[in-house]
Amino acid sequence: MSLSRRKTALGFAAGAATLALALAGCSSSGDTDSSAAPSDSAGGGDTMTNDEPVTLTLATFNQFGYSADSEGGADYMYDLIAEYQELHPNVTITYNVADTSNTARENFFTKLGPGGLADVEAIEVDWLPEAMQYSDLLADLTGGSPDGDWLQWKVDAATDADGRLIGYGTDIGPEAICYNADAFEAAGLPTDADEVAALFDGDWDTFFEVGQQYVDATGNAFYEENAAILQGMIGQLEAPYEDPETGEVIALDNAEVKDVYDTLTAASEAGLSSGLQQWGDDWAAGMANGDYAVTLCPAWFLGIIEGNAPDGNWGIANAFPNGGGNWGGAYLTVPAGGENVEAATELAAWLTAPEQQAKAFVNVGAFPSSESAAASDEVTSYVRPYYNDAPAGEIFAERAAAVEVSPFKGEFYFQVNDAMVNALRRVDEGTMSADESWAQFESDVTAIG
Amino acid sequence: MTTTQPQTEAPAPREPDRKRTPLTWRQRLGRWDVKLSPYLYISPFWIVFGLVGLFPIVYTAFIAFQDWDLVRNSGTFTGFDNFAFVLQDREFWLSLRNTFSIFLLSSVPQIIVATFIAAMLDKNIRAKTFWRMGVLLPYVVAPVAVALIFSNMFGDKYGLINSLLNDIGIDSIRWHVDVIPSHFAIATMVNFRWTGYNALILLAAMQAIPRDLYEAAAIDGAGTMRRFFSVTLPQIRPTMIFVIITSTIGGLQIFDEPRMYDTVGRGGSNHQWETITLYLYNMGWGEFNFGRAAAVAWILFLIIVAFGLLNFFVTQRFIASETAGKAAKPKKVTK
Repeated sequence: MSLSRRKTALGFAAGAATLALALAGCSSSGDTDSSAAPSDSAGGGDTMTNDEPVTLTLATFNQFGYSADSEGGADYMYDLIAEYQELHPNVTITYNVADTSNTARENFFTKLGPGGLADVEAIEVDWLPEAMQYSDLLADLTGGSPDGDWLQWKVDAATDADGRLIGYGTDIGPEAICYNADAFEAAGLPTDADEVAALFDGDWDTFFEVGQQYVDATGNAFYEENAAILQGMIGQLEAPYEDPETGEVIALDNAEVKDVYDTLTAASEAGLSSGLQQWGDDWAAGMANGDYAVTLCPAWFLGIIEGNAPDGNWGIANAFPNGGGNWGGAYLTVPAGGENVEAATELAAWLTAPEQQAKAFVNVGAFPSSESAAASDEVTSYVRPYYNDAPAGEIFAERAAAVEVSPFKGEFYFQVNDAMVNALRRVDEGTMSADESWAQFESDVTAIG
Repeated sequence: MTTTQPQTEAPAPREPDRKRTPLTWRQRLGRWDVKLSPYLYISPFWIVFGLVGLFPIVYTAFIAFQDWDLVRNSGTFTGFDNFAFVLQDREFWLSLRNTFSIFLLSSVPQIIVATFIAAMLDKNIRAKTFWRMGVLLPYVVAPVAVALIFSNMFGDKYGLINSLLNDIGIDSIRWHVDVIPSHFAIATMVNFRWTGYNALILLAAMQAIPRDLYEAAAIDGAGTMRRFFSVTLPQIRPTMIFVIITSTIGGLQIFDEPRMYDTVGRGGSNHQWETITLYLYNMGWGEFNFGRAAAVAWILFLIIVAFGLLNFFVTQRFIASETAGKAAKPKKVTK
């Protein structure tokens, strides 16, 4: 324990030293060379090189499953950063991890123009549309793809109008349905994962019907909140809020969006929604206390349920209304203004290659966006003990294969979606009626742009 | 220095040619020292302020008139469009309402309580330093940590406060849904953090009051309350004005607490507790509309200046009348 801590401290010191030197060095290549040497000696790593020594900076957020030391995670099975440095003795990686995706987003856009970003920068799908507007400032990674077996929709989303691929896909968030088995039992519903999956087999109507059944039987809410279900429903529409051709906001004219809104607010009135806002303290407590019985869960969500309800009895149903849905995921990009674009591209390609994606999945549950990684033994044999030994790898591989639609997300996607989330929450909270809240949504959306 | 200088300088204008001869290099250095040194010594502040204070303020004004792209660092001039948008935005007026509501709910009780605590600490109590340091303790806690703790206490469903209320038979208060309760909760965090700090500043002012004033008042038959209102309050007036103005500036810029109040950090689904600074932040970092955000920043700046001035005059007048009251009293007593 103390040893690993010391190692971290050393790593920080080395990182700080290289960073300072890199900052002082700025652009001449001679300085870059000199900066690599001291960091090697400080870190005690290998210094033997044939190639020119190079220091690469890598910046991600939360937990990508690359290295437990930098990501503050528990024990990871693999340390990908150390592995890469062993394979490439001339490369020293300085790995910085932002605490949240939001911090990373602010940093990314502040430095994207003037410079100062890491050689490899991770971006989240949530702000990918914003990054796509500046795709010319990011290196074109088209040629460097290791074997090009990423899911097509994952690649499409990161390809700009000129056909340049600006990011290598890391993970995706294929969604299943997680359910509280104890709550299901109390409502007289099946508790076995396969039976529950059969129960949910169908479209959203089926989902809400089961919900109604549950509410009638127990008097408790069925799911957490409307905004959480919205995520799943909107994620299945091709172009929910904006016109893919013109980029215009069409949310108010789109009958599908209004349908989703009406369905959800009706369900809320029928008592299906607990109204506990996702990620809040009450929501977390509610997961343990049975305030709601189901949640739409992507692969990375499993750890969150385990953390919030350590004594709970939750299961994973291999089902999702209307087939499949994706929630979250990320890419690795290489800012074009960096000093080591070539070496950085190589690192990004290696980290997102199938073998490494599979290892990251085992480390933190980041489900691979690479199809061959998803099919690998390492992933398919993965079992999650908390969920009654559910074959999580297999389930999510199937859920990933079921994802058909990746909704168009333009410049205004998140502003409109945010307004929609607020509209649904106002109804959940009872501060406005469904009609009033929709009217407010209309005026909010009109102001966007 | 002042006596010798006129002597050397006085003849100089009459005979400009002789000016060079009497002044040696040393003398000249000495003169520069007197004239320039003060500016030199305060220059670090002004240089730093110019770089990190003044320049951003002016640059913000420049951006406020543009449709600004942060990444490309360029924009197109749009005149007063940004200001017009902000002033017509419902969200802006709601956040202005929230800001003032939270400000009043925090600053007013805060200063009253701080004055009371300071007056108590000014008494002869045991372990003075312990109690004085004690009131400063909440100030040491990081605002974000305070917000995390209090947000948990003010949870709608599983919060500590609501379960206490339920225990005594009162219905749960929806802290994150209703406007006034959410303001109350946020004001509580602000008060928790700043009351002790203000109390210490007021205490320092109270300690500087000559004790014979109290003695004289006591001999004249003034009770504790009377001494407090007629001696203490007028004597700490300048400090009081300082405390009120700083807490006004701070109060109008409340950010950490409302941002950390829920996990979204946008001020609620119906902007229940969105303050102006939060609105500004959402405009900039949420929507990447830095032109509008800059406009909000300038509007906020003007509001604070206006409010600060208003505050200054009101405070001065209010406490001035207290002094007048005190001045009138001794005359009557002497008669």
